[in-house]
Amino acid sequence: MSIVRYTLRRALTSVPVLIGATALTFGLVHLAPGDPIDVLVGFDHVDPATRASLRAEYNLDRPLWQQYLLWVRDVATLEFGESPITGRDVGPTVAGRLPHTIALGVSAWLLSLAIGIPAGIVAAVDDGGPADEVSRIGALVGIATPNFWLGLVLLFVFGVQLGWVRVTPPDAPLASLEMAWFMVLPTITLATALAAVVTRLMRSSMRRELEREYVRGARARGLRERTVLLKHALRNSLTAVVTVAGLQIALLLDGAVVVEQVFSWPGMGQLLVESISRRDFPVVQAVVLLIAVATIVANLLVDLAYAVIDPRIRHDR
Amino acid sequence: MALLEVDDLTVQFYTEDGVVRAVDGFSYEIERGETFAIVGESGAGKSVASLSLLRLIERPGEIVDGEIRFRGRDVLGFSQDELRQFRGNDAAIAFQNPEAMLDPVYTVGEQIVETMRAHDIATGEAARDRAISLLERVDIADPESAYTDYPHELSGGMAQRAVIATALSCDPDLLILDEPTTGLDVTIQAQLLETLTDLAETFDTAIQLVTHDLGVVADCCDRALVMYAGRAVERAPVEELFYDPSHPYTAGLLASIPRIGDGRDRLPAVPGSPPDLVQVPTGCRFHPRCPYAEDVCATRDPKLVELETGNPVPDGRRPDHASACHEHTGNLEGGLDYEVRIVDDRGNDSTDSSGQDGAVSDGLDGAESDGQTDDETAPDDPETGGDHGERSR
Ligand code: SF4
Repeated sequence: MSIVRYTLRRALTSVPVLIGATALTFGLVHLAPGDPIDVLVGFDHVDPATRASLRAEYNLDRPLWQQYLLWVRDVATLEFGESPITGRDVGPTVAGRLPHTIALGVSAWLLSLAIGIPAGIVAAVDDGGPADEVSRIGALVGIATPNFWLGLVLLFVFGVQLGWVRVTPPDAPLASLEMAWFMVLPTITLATALAAVVTRLMRSSMRRELEREYVRGARARGLRERTVLLKHALRNSLTAVVTVAGLQIALLLDGAVVVEQVFSWPGMGQLLVESISRRDFPVVQAVVLLIAVATIVANLLVDLAYAVIDPRIRHDR
Repeated sequence: MALLEVDDLTVQFYTEDGVVRAVDGFSYEIERGETFAIVGESGAGKSVASLSLLRLIERPGEIVDGEIRFRGRDVLGFSQDELRQFRGNDAAIAFQNPEAMLDPVYTVGEQIVETMRAHDIATGEAARDRAISLLERVDIADPESAYTDYPHELSGGMAQRAVIATALSCDPDLLILDEPTTGLDVTIQAQLLETLTDLAETFDTAIQLVTHDLGVVADCCDRALVMYAGRAVERAPVEELFYDPSHPYTAGLLASIPRIGDGRDRLPAVPGSPPDLVQVPTGCRFHPRCPYAEDVCATRDPKLVELETGNPVPDGRRPDHASACHEHTGNLEGGLDYEVRIVDDRGNDSTDSSGQDGAVSDGLDGAESDGQTDDETAPDDPETGGDHGERSR
């Protein structure tokens, strides 16, 4: 099967998931106790006239399935309406925060892979030796460290004690040197646990591949050890890591909620927390939906990466 | 100086049950261009013996003793870099499971080219052309498409050929083939053997062929070593091995050869199963299964001796015919009394008692070449190895 057909097929299977995700997000407002209007206005007291006009504005007078379809139509055109709390358009509010979260998420993601993959390879090759032990203990510590605690400690040591970095983001554009410097600590905080997971996973899948016959075969053919490890064993080991690395994109958004609070980072995580505490449901809805879509897309990319790495996958299905 | 000299090779595996000597004091030589067989049941240590030659034994296994010399160079003393250059270039191997030997995520062509590049044989277009011509040489029908195929897209027989093509890509002086015909159906087996005999001649490559199938040995080997429980029990030119087996185990193996095209598996003529290598039998390792065993067999370990003189074979020296049974040092009272019955293609029988040389009159040469052509044209005809393997006691 060609890679294009494989892609289309994978993409199609994402459709039901997407429907489920939108339905759930949409249901948020309706699942919350009380009249959706109360929910929408944050349980403030409003007069009946406003109530009626809000009902019409949010299509709440229509049957539920129509409401859902209308909402999906709006969402599909990136029309999220306006927040009844702040009176601002939801779309731009979320969009304004998005780059910050993406910047932090992507750099943490890259850092975790840049640490985890080599560390895992070294540990696997060293199997049972000192480097393996060090990486094992390091990973254990990394996984066990709560990210909010790590963030606070880093901030205290490097921000407060040593004064190397600011404690809050500088008033500078995202793509600036000051911003990049400030992002170092949140990136480390967010990447630590993920790097630990990637290390362990890389180690175990590399170990498994190193036992396989083709590795011995590659040595028997007189290939350089570097080629055997980095061209053959590594590529075969990557499938497992790619799965986790893909799924971690969703977890990164989770982690961002906490880390963004600690570092006062104006991203989606912070927005989500603010909106929940303000009961700003349309914003919550938009953010949750965005996370869901990001997860689905990440999964799709994982499947594609598989097919690129391993020809058997694109041939077998 | 022989191409390959193996002296007293001993390989151990450290298992939970104890130390296993998979190969125990192995000595043999292979001459340039010669096809040498190592024969034995599975578990006898044949694969270990082959992997050791390229130092491919991995933990928990270890070469603990012996010497391997290739063109006089000490293989066990090679540095990592010398070893890398030796592997694939001087001596190449095709594993028992050919598909597993290739990396599933690269095409066959990529891996052949990669091998040549690692040994500075060829690069770029030249490497590609050479790879395709190699695939053609091993009789792959559509070499261009096999070149771009992934290993899993090839049938068992094609994968075996692709692996052999890879092994030949750097013009090795020694090609090690581990059970090359296992798992292939008989027609494909016969075709593959024909290809091999052909290649051995054109490339002037020595072959160490590891097999449990004496039919294969009869078809394409010059000399053979019979292995039992990690030991060499008999070593002889193939004709002598078939006409005049001088070890009871060899005789038993010969009696159990299925004829090519026979379809059914014959009952093994050697009753019992190979010993547990953690606790090898005392004395002659074959004695629990040997119909001729006497008291002395359980206590004294028979040495590999030259049949003519009865003298021990010094390591690395090649006698014409050697066997490890007390019979040949005069320590067996009853003697070995099996008969060798040879059936030629015309169905005439002749009987020969062991230890005599009368069988050769039966026209071995004629029978052998007939056997080879029979393989592809009429698989139902009696096959050389099978003929010679008819035994009655
Ligand atoms: S030494 Fe004894 S047990 Fe061993 S093969 Fe000869 S007769 Fe049989």
